[in-house]
Amino acid sequence: MLNVYLYATEMYGGIDLEHYLDNSATTAVSQKAAEKAYRIMVENYGNPSSLHLKGINAEKELESARKSVAAKLGAQSEEIFFTSGGTEANNTALFGVAQAKKRRGNKVIISSVEHSSVIESAQKLENDGFEVVRISPNENGIITPESVLSEVDENTILVSVMCVNNETGAVMPVSDIFSAVKDKNSEVICHTDAVQAFGKIALNARRLCADLITVSAHKVHAPKGCGALYIKKGVRIVPHQYGGEQEKKIRPGTEALPLIAAFGVACEEFKIEENYQNISELNEYARQKLKSIDGVSINSPENALPYVLNISAGRVRSETMLHFLEEFDVFVSSGSACAKGKPSHVLSAMGLSRERADSALRISFSKYNCKEDIDVLCKCIETGLSVLAHR
Amino acid sequence: MKEIILLKDGEIVLKGLNRRSFEDVLKKNIKFALSPLGRFEITSAQSTIYVRPLSEDIDLDEACERVSRVFGIVSYSRAAVCEEKTLDSVLQTAPVYLEKTLKSAKTFKVEAKRSDKRFPYKSPEICRELGGMILEKFPHLTVDVHNPEVTVYVEIRDFGAYIHCDPEKGAGGIPVGTGGRAAILISGGIDSPVAAYMMAKRGIKLTAVHFASPPYTSRRAEEKVVKLLQKVSRYAGRMTMYTVPFTKIQEKIKDDCPEELFTIIMRRLMMEISEKIALDNDCSALITGESLGQVASQTIGALGCTDEATDMVVFRPLIGMDKQEIIDISYKIDTYETSIEPYEDCCTVFTPKHPRTRPVLKYVKEAQEKAGFAPLVDEALQNLKITYISADD
Repeated sequence: MLNVYLYATEMYGGIDLEHYLDNSATTAVSQKAAEKAYRIMVENYGNPSSLHLKGINAEKELESARKSVAAKLGAQSEEIFFTSGGTEANNTALFGVAQAKKRRGNKVIISSVEHSSVIESAQKLENDGFEVVRISPNENGIITPESVLSEVDENTILVSVMCVNNETGAVMPVSDIFSAVKDKNSEVICHTDAVQAFGKIALNARRLCADLITVSAHKVHAPKGCGALYIKKGVRIVPHQYGGEQEKKIRPGTEALPLIAAFGVACEEFKIEENYQNISELNEYARQKLKSIDGVSINSPENALPYVLNISAGRVRSETMLHFLEEFDVFVSSGSACAKGKPSHVLSAMGLSRERADSALRISFSKYNCKEDIDVLCKCIETGLSVLAHR
Repeated sequence: MKEIILLKDGEIVLKGLNRRSFEDVLKKNIKFALSPLGRFEITSAQSTIYVRPLSEDIDLDEACERVSRVFGIVSYSRAAVCEEKTLDSVLQTAPVYLEKTLKSAKTFKVEAKRSDKRFPYKSPEICRELGGMILEKFPHLTVDVHNPEVTVYVEIRDFGAYIHCDPEKGAGGIPVGTGGRAAILISGGIDSPVAAYMMAKRGIKLTAVHFASPPYTSRRAEEKVVKLLQKVSRYAGRMTMYTVPFTKIQEKIKDDCPEELFTIIMRRLMMEISEKIALDNDCSALITGESLGQVASQTIGALGCTDEATDMVVFRPLIGMDKQEIIDISYKIDTYETSIEPYEDCCTVFTPKHPRTRPVLKYVKEAQEKAGFAPLVDEALQNLKITYISADD
């Protein structure tokens, strides 16, 4: 191991705990959710479609999970369709609506800062002949209702705007956007990718005026491989998979019950307000502490979701700092791409300089984080800035 | 039905008195390549190597696949072993063994080789008999001696009679280990694995040297190199990889050397360190994936400056190749997909905006000496990480 690490490790006296600050990428599965998944795998392992008791018991688990997820979206159970995750839900939403509405019009509006599962699905729709409009955010990284509304016309079939941006934590005024859109053209289907908002802020499908909502399990302390799409009653989408009656044919294939049931348990464990309060304090603490480090600047807007904090650390490239931090068991995400790639599309869209985008780091919290994590992070960034060569 | 793989020696048949030792190495390499599949008997006679599986359940498809990557073999055939070395047995075995192939073909011919002259029928007679038999069993076929779709080979050898179709092309080259040892400087790009493959093909046993600069380079970049070497070792056999901790040296280059000479000085230091590792490992040459004019550090002038850093002979098997030709080989040896994974390697850390394409050795040396790298080089050499690479890990 290199001396600089030895030096630093000695300095901070054997850090043996890990400091996981990449919760927007994924989260640790909660004890209860993991136990649920385990029990379903070894005990209640029936196929929910089977006619016998084993199947019925499995189906009960499935429906109870559906109810738990629905409750957190202010929705009814039958409006929840389980998928393999956020990416699949977004694909189902975009292609499903485009297919169902292609005779009414062919204009699709998305924001330019969406997750790649929306951006690339829209790209495919564009290649297939749909007109795709991409709305850029303002300098705070926020999509304004006016900018979306100006693009809505008779020909528009779908608007997709995320609730919370995954890189900056910027909270989009989704309900304002969607209600304005519906006022102008009530036929437009409104979809929101709520993967980063779910479990962190209270969501209500009606209040959001959303027809479709994407959520994911592994961002809320449930296992990977599971997600859900809320489809408002009466909204028709065309499935893109065939071969079974499951999920009302929207998502055929035997349900991933261990994951789904664990997802349900994780939803039951939501303490949105309490966590929001704690994380806000943590975020504020981190902001103050990071700001005091020479060379660090904050990229997340002031009123961003406190769970995400995007910063730029001096002129050290994101990836370098990330690997430096990893040596101390501090895990963050590079908010940006490597030298060979392009800078983050989100930060560029916000108008950040290339240099700042190149050194961007995303710190993201969960209920399992504490102030000590921030202390270690800040110390390590400080050390990194002094020992790492700048570009 | 018993099967066997017949391998034809390549260039080594041209060797004089050393031929035996070349063949012994080749047999050893074949044995090693096949060892995960089960036990085989490997013997040689009449410039052919016989690979006999010693149990029924051995996967011969996989064995052929593996044999096709052993250097020193020009061609190989998977053949049926006739139960007895008699014409009757040949006539019985061939139509059964080749039924599928013959059914889907329209034209064929038979070629017989009788190296055991005690066999009572001469080659043309064997051809006639077997040809007639096949025509009888597969009436849709016609004989075409000039352009047959299928050629049925009958080989009457000292140990038995064998039947097979057209031989497959082998890897060529000469057996790994008969050409000495050399150290390959491997980065993780497209070129260096290809260079390693090409020198292994000429019989060289490899030792790999990789430079890592954490945290500027990621751990994934190093894992990627291991993956690439595993692919290469399917051809080149087992090897040892040395990872050189290069961070401090690169930082010092950046701090204390003129920017336009960053890369050239880095390359020189890599050569210097690799030479030392090479000497410790009984290597007598260095191998790089440089190709003339590909980048600034690979111009004639730059290569001259790099070369001067070592007394060892430096092999650059890609020197006259175009990028596309190199890529074609990397596809063939299946390293391409791994090579293009986008992790930074130490060659892309601190790249100068305008590197010198015609560096003057005198100034490069002056700059390098002024900075003084000796203590850091020693330190790096003391902290080498060793990884053992084997294709089957």
